Amino acid sequence: MNTPEPADSLRLDRRSAIKWMLTATASVALMERAGMAAEGTPKVGVGYGTDPDLVKIYKPGDVWALTFTDPQRRTATALCDTIIPADDKSPAASKVGVPDFIDEWISAPYPGHTDDKRTVLEGLAWIDEESQKRFGNNFADLVLKQKNAICDDICVFGTAKPEFKKAAGFFRKFRDLTAGGFYSTPEGMKDIGYVGNVPTVNFAGPTPEALKHLGLA
Amino acid sequence: MPHISSSKTQPVYDVIVVGSGAGGGQTAYTLTMEGAKVLMLEAGRNYDPVKETPMFQTNNQAPLRGASTPDKPFGFYDSTVDGGWQVPGEPYTSASSDPARQFWWWRARMLGGRTNHWGRISLRNGPYDFKPYTRDGLGFDWPMSYEDLAPYYNKTEMLVGVYGTNEGLENTPNSPAGCLLPPPKMRAGELLAQHRAKKLGIPVMAIHRAVLSAKQDAENLPAKLHPKNAKAQRLIAKAMRERAACFWATACGRGCSIKANYQSTTVHLPPALDTGNLDIVTDAMVRAVTVDENGKATGVSYIDRKTREERTVKARVVVLAASSAESVRILLNSKSPRFPNGLANSSGLVGKYIMDTVGARLGGQIPALENLPVHNEDGAGGSHVYVPWWLYKEQHAGKLGFARGYHIEFDSGRRMPGMGSTSGLEGINGGGYGQQFKADARRYYGSFMSFAGRGEMIPNDDSFCELDPTVKDKWGIPVLRFHWKWSEHETRQAAHMQKTFGEIIESMGGKAGKPEATGAAAIEPGGKIIHEVGGTIMGTDPKKSVTNQWCQTWEVKNLFVNDGGAFCSNADKNPTLTIMALAWRSSDYLLEEMRKGNL
Repeated sequence: MNTPEPADSLRLDRRSAIKWMLTATASVALMERAGMAAEGTPKVGVGYGTDPDLVKIYKPGDVWALTFTDPQRRTATALCDTIIPADDKSPAASKVGVPDFIDEWISAPYPGHTDDKRTVLEGLAWIDEESQKRFGNNFADLVLKQKNAICDDICVFGTAKPEFKKAAGFFRKFRDLTAGGFYSTPEGMKDIGYVGNVPTVNFAGPTPEALKHLGLA
Repeated sequence: MPHISSSKTQPVYDVIVVGSGAGGGQTAYTLTMEGAKVLMLEAGRNYDPVKETPMFQTNNQAPLRGASTPDKPFGFYDSTVDGGWQVPGEPYTSASSDPARQFWWWRARMLGGRTNHWGRISLRNGPYDFKPYTRDGLGFDWPMSYEDLAPYYNKTEMLVGVYGTNEGLENTPNSPAGCLLPPPKMRAGELLAQHRAKKLGIPVMAIHRAVLSAKQDAENLPAKLHPKNAKAQRLIAKAMRERAACFWATACGRGCSIKANYQSTTVHLPPALDTGNLDIVTDAMVRAVTVDENGKATGVSYIDRKTREERTVKARVVVLAASSAESVRILLNSKSPRFPNGLANSSGLVGKYIMDTVGARLGGQIPALENLPVHNEDGAGGSHVYVPWWLYKEQHAGKLGFARGYHIEFDSGRRMPGMGSTSGLEGINGGGYGQQFKADARRYYGSFMSFAGRGEMIPNDDSFCELDPTVKDKWGIPVLRFHWKWSEHETRQAAHMQKTFGEIIESMGGKAGKPEATGAAAIEPGGKIIHEVGGTIMGTDPKKSVTNQWCQTWEVKNLFVNDGGAFCSNADKNPTLTIMALAWRSSDYLLEEMRKGNL
């Protein structure tokens, strides 16, 4: 079992933190050797900077340019909706802008995102090739049963066959991005049962039903 | 007197305060309320939480759904401006390339500093925490006792507003009646943990946090805070009325536009500015303290970050509160023929004995929390409960293999979803997609809990900072080089934390994540917890300390260090409340010495 972590996207995980720190330390060491001033450190890319406007409402493409071509967006949309399809509780992922969010994610100029970009673009190409090979069509043009046949082979990384391992790694990343993108929208929050972010006079604590559920009533 | 530009400063002030966070904010507040004319210098930009706080923004309204980036290490909506463990153009260096010997230095370049984003956890040091050397022969005793600081803890709690309860547990002091606000109700997972951990002998109680769970008593508190000072009473009563009670939504780390939690910018600075005795210059990067031929401080020199001009300002007294390591840097850069090793450093101890808090974490999934009936668990942003250190007797009897304790903080609940909301699912269902994935997301949402230990580090000879011999920042100011080493007291403590968290998770019927194989692997890097203290430690002997118990440097009578630098131990209790109480006490002493004509 992987280490479960709570639903807290804001915490910096230890691994990425260490990675960033090593990058920063290395650049200082380099600077020292070269006798350069700190300002001479080249920037990897331009993000939103260390003092962005926090009150503004952003949408993908506002801060850095997006990547997807039309065919890539079409395949990504189909895969998003296979992972999170519409049901009686909420719409499909593409109906709330998840493909654009994934495009924003892979286009970001930060460490890690460049790796994700390669993973996602190669994965989208693979899934279309695989669809062509098996069914003579691109992924977006397959019927649900055909889409499922491919996804079933790659949706569990731990047990994926060696020939599908790389694709399973892509699928895992793509599912994380789809789910993160979806459940952070108002529709996704409602679906999952998040009912906070509203001002109240008192904090009521667990409801009687919740206490009963826990055996603490 | 208000926010001013660097060209508008007065010829001379009573006191210059360098830094605007917990130490600087409290110092400026105390001094200006008593009539002293104060100039505050802040290295970062002006910052107004009332206008700049993203109170109800959801993650889908932020780039990358609000996820952490090197630009914003705590996520997009974290209030930190121009800060993090790296500040562009303002590097620091490490003496070692060994990953285990790095110190991570978090800075914020903004008015109010780190008080804008901090966790608001406000725990008093207990009586043992002031006399650690006497108890176990390690580290240093403080040149004061709990009783000396207790009146200032009382006043600080009343001023900033802290919720919590008094449980009378060992070395976990009660606050007198009238100090604490009522705690919020416990969340589902917190209640379950309290119920189950009791069988393990682990006490789960209300945490103390600087959040107004109710409006402050603006009728009665002002007279308790400022007896015989009608003007101060009037101003703080007004400031208290301008703060709203918590409305139980939006994370505290974003800052608070309704001023319901403590940040220097909403609590200390508005009434201090209202006195008419405070000037604030932002974007003022202090380089050094200036001295006269008698070795007395005359003021400071700083760089105006907007014009890049170097300026000097003068005062009768200088108070450094720039963060403990930044204050060290200023002292070491204040070299002169009379003070070739930096100012207040004849002991050679400036920069020595820097400390952070020991941190380790373990999470788990709790089946009892699955499919919990939907309700709002936002509450007061952070944890509503904690576990104070509970094994004093076993530890004192030498049964634990490490000398100092830790407390436990909780992460639980049905919090606002972001990029991590379904990240634990793969560990449960292996993967999946489609309708089943959506059903699983509903079922498991909010069923993950995580426990974080926060423990005492003992000061050691291998953890210190000094000036780097070659590297300068973009202002041309020499930077700090850090040396760091955890001792076995800390790594064993980290291993004990993870073991304990596993037991708590199991007691709740949950499945814990895999603990690290060793304490050295479990422990977070030095500085990661952002409880940087020490470096200008206080004591009773000028040869063995940098300041006396009033945070006044032994060597320069009119120079004080009112941040965490004077801490000569770092109890598991989060340092901010103690920084404020200490700064208030030192400022009272400073005022008295000025009245007597000694400064």
